[in-house]
Amino acid sequence: METSFAITGKGYVIVAADTTAARSIVKMKTDEDKIKALGPHLLMAYSGEPGDTVQFAEYVERNIRLYQIRHHYSLRPSAAASWVRRSLAESLRSRHPYSVNLLLGGYDEASDEPKLYWIDYLGTMTEVPFGAHGYGSYFALSLLDRCVKKYLVISGALICHSRYHNPDATLEEGIETLKRCIDEVAKRLIVSPSKYKVKIVDKDGVREIEL
Amino acid sequence: MNTFADRFSTSTAAGELRRAKALLEDDAEFSEASWGSEAGFGTLAKGVPTFSVPAVPSPSAFLRLHTDDHADPNCRIKIQHGTTTLAFRFKGGVIVAVDSRATAGSYIASGTVKKVIEINPYLLGTMAGGAADCQYWETYLGIHCRLHELRNRERISVSAASKYLSNLVYGYKGMGLSMGTMICGWDKTGPAIFYVDSDGTRLKGDLFSVGSGSTFAYGVLDQGYHWDLSDEEAQELGRRSIYAAGHRDAFSGNSCNLYHVKEDGWRFIGNYDISKLHYEGPGDVPGSAGKGYGYDIRVQSRNAVDVTAEA
Repeated sequence: METSFAITGKGYVIVAADTTAARSIVKMKTDEDKIKALGPHLLMAYSGEPGDTVQFAEYVERNIRLYQIRHHYSLRPSAAASWVRRSLAESLRSRHPYSVNLLLGGYDEASDEPKLYWIDYLGTMTEVPFGAHGYGSYFALSLLDRCVKKYLVISGALICHSRYHNPDATLEEGIETLKRCIDEVAKRLIVSPSKYKVKIVDKDGVREIEL
Repeated sequence: MNTFADRFSTSTAAGELRRAKALLEDDAEFSEASWGSEAGFGTLAKGVPTFSVPAVPSPSAFLRLHTDDHADPNCRIKIQHGTTTLAFRFKGGVIVAVDSRATAGSYIASGTVKKVIEINPYLLGTMAGGAADCQYWETYLGIHCRLHELRNRERISVSAASKYLSNLVYGYKGMGLSMGTMICGWDKTGPAIFYVDSDGTRLKGDLFSVGSGSTFAYGVLDQGYHWDLSDEEAQELGRRSIYAAGHRDAFSGNSCNLYHVKEDGWRFIGNYDISKLHYEGPGDVPGSAGKGYGYDIRVQSRNAVDVTAEA
């Protein structure tokens, strides 16, 4: 089933989404890209109702681009996330609401901070250090949570194990953590996705990596 | 005389008014309301043709009431559902193969349905789901592909044509349209296939199969498929896959229609009776192994044992 993850670390956000497009029991495609680059420092992973997902993502993509053309600079991640959330919330009370879940990861050039927003189809938005959507979230979130607990207990000592989430982890450690999430989902979820697309956003912009 | 001059002059106020009226009439079929989401088209969405829907609170509930043939076998409208269609891209172009059976519940309504819709000499669409929906909207797509050609002095790309269709059906999402189609063709970028369905999904790919028999077709297709297939091998793979679905799926069968799209447009290869494919094979055609797909291989070994046992 559709799964997406995102993790922040020291100066970056990693966004990962599975690449399968399914219809009932059949995988129609196994290399579908469900992560859009909305700007030079902004990524959006989308999942949900077939049809709605791509239509909404393209709508967002073009409006963010329009803003950039009109103002000669792009929206900061927090502003972009607010705009996307409002679009979803307005559509929720319309005749045909978009049923789309999103993870919006960006690098705020003004404050030199990575930002990650978790948004669901009801228009709930929250800023998170890591987030996930789909069945995979039931396995991955607990795994990522473990550090935050540890982090609080050892407060300040920052002896966070690279295996779990750590907001000060290097990119390599972040990728390792992501791999653990993917492996856990592959191990326990009955119909787990086989391939993921992974994109990173940091001060240098957006890029795709192979796991 | 004045009125006569007025009627045919192009510069007077009356002439202006007449032209404005004519323009307004031309615009009648374009409603102000845009369909569904504007999905990034923003204000450009004005001027998109729309169709009227039944004047009831919920068009989809209305349609369901009149088409649900499980609850009410006597309902007026029956929708064709079971199907096998497939299309794949390879170095020699695109192969499109479909079955020809139309069912309404457990009844075989027809065995000679054309499930490949010839949109224009370079574009083919396949039909799965509601027969009327596919036939109507793909013919409608054909009109707009021709208009694109006239306006831009250039053939429409497969990508653009499929996006036109997907945006159109997305506008009717939730209103009961039922179609799963592959838009296949050859454009500037070479051979291309797009899967478009009534959910609004649009996927680019090398190999698709749609319909109740698609799983059976995939079974044969995936195993035999690779990019460097020769034309003959590819045609044979298309035939063999539809046969497999016709053999195993109760809602697919009768015959297989085969098309091949190349740089110079599509070509109809042939119609093959699935029973004949089972017992005798496709006959004297390129790629044929010259024997039946099903009967001999299932019966031969058993006969051999029987013969030796009796001897």
